[in-house]
Amino acid sequence: MRSDVLIIGAGGAGLVAAINAHSQGAKVRVITKEYPTRSQTCMAQGGINAALGNASEDSVEAHIQNTLKSAHGIANEEAVRLLCQRAPEAVEWLDSIGVCFSRTKDAKIAQRTLGGASAPRACYAKDYTGLKILHTLYDRCNALGIEILSERYLLNLVTQKSISSDVYIGGATFLNIRSGEVETYEAASVIVATGGYSRVYDSHSTNSTSSTGDGLATAIRAGARLSDMEFIQFHPTALKNSSILISESARGAGGYLLNSKGERFTNELAPRDEVARAINEEIQKGEDVFLDIRHLGEEFIDRELPQERKLAKLYENVDPVYELVPIKPVAHYTMGGIEVDENSSTKIKGLFAVGECANHKIHGANRLGGNSLLELVVFGGQVGINAAKYAKTFDKVIDASEQTQRDKNFVAEVKESTNQIDFYEKRTLIGNIFYNNVGISRDEMGLKEALDAIYKIQKELPFMGVKDRSKTYNTNLVEFIEFVNMLELCENVLVCAISRCESRGAHYRSDIPKQNDIAYKAHTITYREDGVLCVNFVE
Amino acid sequence: MKIKIARYMSKTKETALEYEVDLSDVTLLEVLNEIKTKQDATLSYSSGCRSSICGSCSMRVNDREVLACAYKVQDGDFIEPMKNSAVIRDLVVDMDRAYEFNAKAKAWQNSIKKGLNLSEENQTINELQSDCILCGSCYSVCPVYAVNDEFLGPFALTRVWRYVSDKRENEPQSKIDTIQTNGVWDCTLCNECTLVCPQGISSKADIEKLRMRSMASGHSDPSFATSFQGASFDGSPSF
Repeated sequence: MRSDVLIIGAGGAGLVAAINAHSQGAKVRVITKEYPTRSQTCMAQGGINAALGNASEDSVEAHIQNTLKSAHGIANEEAVRLLCQRAPEAVEWLDSIGVCFSRTKDAKIAQRTLGGASAPRACYAKDYTGLKILHTLYDRCNALGIEILSERYLLNLVTQKSISSDVYIGGATFLNIRSGEVETYEAASVIVATGGYSRVYDSHSTNSTSSTGDGLATAIRAGARLSDMEFIQFHPTALKNSSILISESARGAGGYLLNSKGERFTNELAPRDEVARAINEEIQKGEDVFLDIRHLGEEFIDRELPQERKLAKLYENVDPVYELVPIKPVAHYTMGGIEVDENSSTKIKGLFAVGECANHKIHGANRLGGNSLLELVVFGGQVGINAAKYAKTFDKVIDASEQTQRDKNFVAEVKESTNQIDFYEKRTLIGNIFYNNVGISRDEMGLKEALDAIYKIQKELPFMGVKDRSKTYNTNLVEFIEFVNMLELCENVLVCAISRCESRGAHYRSDIPKQNDIAYKAHTITYREDGVLCVNFVE
Repeated sequence: MKIKIARYMSKTKETALEYEVDLSDVTLLEVLNEIKTKQDATLSYSSGCRSSICGSCSMRVNDREVLACAYKVQDGDFIEPMKNSAVIRDLVVDMDRAYEFNAKAKAWQNSIKKGLNLSEENQTINELQSDCILCGSCYSVCPVYAVNDEFLGPFALTRVWRYVSDKRENEPQSKIDTIQTNGVWDCTLCNECTLVCPQGISSKADIEKLRMRSMASGHSDPSFATSFQGASFDGSPSF
């Protein structure tokens, strides 16, 4: 059952890592709780940034400066430089494996402008960029014969202490969703690529219901550190009733934001934190906010934004060719993640992280549109190679029996729970509290109220559990464990947000609206020591 | 509003349960979520993005494949799992076998032509095929599986066409050779796959294009050769 490299998560980051680890001759196994083409990556629409200069003049340096500006002073410049410098070759690689990028009349990859970019820099494939990249990566994994196991839900990482008392990784435990059995997969190195945690906002998120931050929660339980958890990006334009994403490409193509009076009130192509705040202020004034793309015309909308038209009709009963689209900002991307160094390594030896679940310190306090797909190709490549190299040097014995038994006991206990309190109700409650108190605008009192609510719900956990006691495909059980993980992350977000007494990027404190570089030009770090959640600031 | 949902526990259809929800003008997925979280936590189904892009929530309503997140529920609807895949539980089927046909059909790019700039026109040739979300609706509706469970099937063949038609592919011939057995000639061209595809892709049309490419590269329809054994093309007996 043992592999050299175990990759948890089969989104873009996981699959790029798998392809690259395989290129080093490592035996690679990928495990996902869904199927390999169903991750959040398929929802990325806008594009992938690379300063190719295909649409107008651009430079790598401009890409670096735009990214650093949007990060509000807390990105790691070295990491950002690496990201932007490698962007052209990342796109070239994707093109070489068959990604169907849209093309210009003169046979170059087409590019469009997303918010905060000084040039049209996002390479795209209609508004299906993430989908086409993800599926092409999946096809490449098939071509290489990489093993992918589906519908297995991560329970815990298996760690062990060596004689020199270093903590090292030995694999991970999973719930086989289909059989209901706890399974253990041993590996010399493990890459966590499980995606972000936007679903702590429940229905106030554009994300797939799977973005529950399982990898982050298991990593901190295992002794890794999380960082910058308070920085949560709100996407300015989600459909008002359903929180379904309307891509930034709509504004990139010239879409307007209007209030109820039909007035424009902000620069639509400013970075997302600014646009989301401007919309939020209008909503606070009692205005409704709309996206207007009518002037782009039916032909353009059908060619460049077909998904947007379909979703607006389905969920809002409006046709954007003729009507205004009601929108609101909702949680979209989580900048915080498992703390990694320049090699994508965590504090645990042999444990790596990549993609939205990791913090490579490239997005800082606010991610630029088009940089997340780029991140997963550049760092996915790096982490795959590093994890494979580490695995070659691994010479320790793994004993996963204790962790496996603990997880079997946990699953059995959950099934015997009294279930006096319904966790679905609490999940909705937390989503609402987070949207209101830990949203686009926050203050100390609201954050502390939210933390009290989380502590209360944590105390109630023993009275929650599952109503479905069956073994086979028990999604009630999976959703409960996801809920437990999200509770852990909620606490992390709140202690960071309360500790950061300033406003920076996506973290806007209405009680302290200024950025304070003297005290807070640093990353928040959280970790557990003897069960207690600790928070530090580290430059 | 009342709907009926088929309930299965490992392949055995146990019953169909009726649920009543107080919602209107909503998607099937919203109704399923309402039932799951408020009425019956044992109801099992898959879902993800809610926006018709991840392909997780395909199922059948009144004998027709739909994405639950893109279908507006009507009173009296009957919901079932997809066909041609083993039911794991309720509306969840095991898609592993279906997915494996991508690998069997070698649905990937073999090798790339260096220094080739893809024109806008070249790129649009397979743009639609690469919109596939692997929801499996076409696989579920395909009647060929009743007689040949090794058939590579609609989505895998559409995927092969996506790469065969790509100007960047250096070895289209080897891709064509792979799909001669249990592939392009086993399709009955019934067009059911086209009718259910949420992305507007016609696998039938892609299979026809693959047949033409097959003929052009020296392959022939094996059933044609068999059925006319001992006869010439015009039907007259040959001795």
